[in-house]
Amino acid sequence: MPTYRPGPVSLILAVLVALFLLMPLLAVIPVSLTPSRMLTMPTGELSLRHYRSLIEDPRWLDSILLSLRIGIVSSALSTVLALTFSLGVWMFQPRFTAALVGFVLLPMVVPPVVSAVTLYFLLTSVSGISSFFGYDTWLGVAMAHSVMTVPFATVLILVSLSQLDRRIDLAARGLGASVWERATRVIMPNIKFGIVTAALLSFVLSWEEIGVTLFITSVNAITLPRLMWMGLRDNIDPAIAALSVILIIITVLVLAMRSVITRRRPAA
Amino acid sequence: MRGTLSDRMGAALLMAPLLLFLVLAYAWPFLGVVKWSFTLPSPGLGQYHALLTDDLVQSVFIRTLRIAAIVTVVSVTAAYAITVVWVRGSPVQRVLAEFCILVPFWISVLTRAFGWVALLSNRGLINTWLQSIGFISEPLTLVRNEFGVIVGMSHFLIPFAVFPLASAMRSLDERVLLAARGLGSSRMRTFWTVFVPMTRSGIIGSALITFVFSLGFFVTPAILGGGRSVMIAELIYLRIFQSPDWGLGAAISVVLVVFVGALMALLFRYVKPRQLV
Repeated sequence: MPTYRPGPVSLILAVLVALFLLMPLLAVIPVSLTPSRMLTMPTGELSLRHYRSLIEDPRWLDSILLSLRIGIVSSALSTVLALTFSLGVWMFQPRFTAALVGFVLLPMVVPPVVSAVTLYFLLTSVSGISSFFGYDTWLGVAMAHSVMTVPFATVLILVSLSQLDRRIDLAARGLGASVWERATRVIMPNIKFGIVTAALLSFVLSWEEIGVTLFITSVNAITLPRLMWMGLRDNIDPAIAALSVILIIITVLVLAMRSVITRRRPAA
Repeated sequence: MRGTLSDRMGAALLMAPLLLFLVLAYAWPFLGVVKWSFTLPSPGLGQYHALLTDDLVQSVFIRTLRIAAIVTVVSVTAAYAITVVWVRGSPVQRVLAEFCILVPFWISVLTRAFGWVALLSNRGLINTWLQSIGFISEPLTLVRNEFGVIVGMSHFLIPFAVFPLASAMRSLDERVLLAARGLGSSRMRTFWTVFVPMTRSGIIGSALITFVFSLGFFVTPAILGGGRSVMIAELIYLRIFQSPDWGLGAAISVVLVVFVGALMALLFRYVKPRQLV
């Protein structure tokens, strides 16, 4: 517990910053309740019509389902790839580990717009060969999202491996366990929490991804962020406000649950 | 001997899928982009020459650097203020500060940009309120210009600026601060002459991360700038989709990577990666 506490000036400044951080999240609530078809503040009566249009308009529902499918596939792919890679690094500690990990982390460091151009190049090149995999296909988007999420999954799994006691693996090895048995029956059960977190984070990152998605989709693979983007650029549709309110509530609930779980974990 | 051979095989087998995936899906196509920058529309260094001479490209580069610099100063300052309370406040203050930092952090860039549109647009919250109290008669133009871009980008980047600062503030020896106070130094003086210098590595790390992120930022400037204050990333998008000028888009991408790479190298000279989280 720090004994050197912030003074009144620090507290006032921090409150101002906190208000600045929360303001845009709160501003969407009144806008989502406006009865008008345009982006305005409600002037008297409130309406839930924009929430209803989220359910009734098939475009929103289609894009939500597509984003779910892409998120699940890309999260599965990036978690499996990150897991095998990290197991290789941890179990065998090969030479050039630092360089290999650095290479894997590149998509996290390179400006997203450059990754977007790169994946655009890839998918338009592949499009000539295959019609269901390439530019503007859901499989193409899922693969591109995996490229973007795999560094984050790898970091999370490597961090949870670094907290694992090497002696349990040595014991298993001494008792004659094969590489496969050590990985699946000794190591993976111990980093379960890290693997699940990696999968969840990959899903969330894919679900929200827009920078790359804009470059690799046009009319067929309209993910939820892509649809929001279109609504934001053309005429600003208050349905986006309703959707934003729902997304903010879900985020706050998930964060609250996570903090309950992590508070309980050390005790368990 | 047999052990080491099978060890090498095992490592190779486990590491190969991801490495292969990234070589095929990322490294190889990036080389393709580099190739575009030298061959489209005609082979040669034409696109790089254009980068140095084209007025539009130059003005976008300068605007990007200017906005990135302002956003860096705003974000690091604001992040510093809230991190002080997050790291050194009372338990209640710490929970509240954490909530205000982490909730926006997890909310998507589009939702946050939209929130700023709802606040800043002509019929948005701020203009409606200022008009209703009679402070202004005409709505202020707060969005679809550089002001909106700077506000939106700073909002996005403050949480990223917080993490290196928090790690620097957590690791400092608070007995030095107590000693300064005990020797009669005022709060302000202790802050400026002891606390801030002791968190220098965090400030450098935080500023470089914010600056690097700002350079490649796409969504927020595109929405809150409304096409009027285009930054590099949006210029790349426009070159590839609006004008099909793939060569120039690719050349700007290559320059951006080289520039960011140089900044990252600088970052790691001053700050160890461990200090960033």
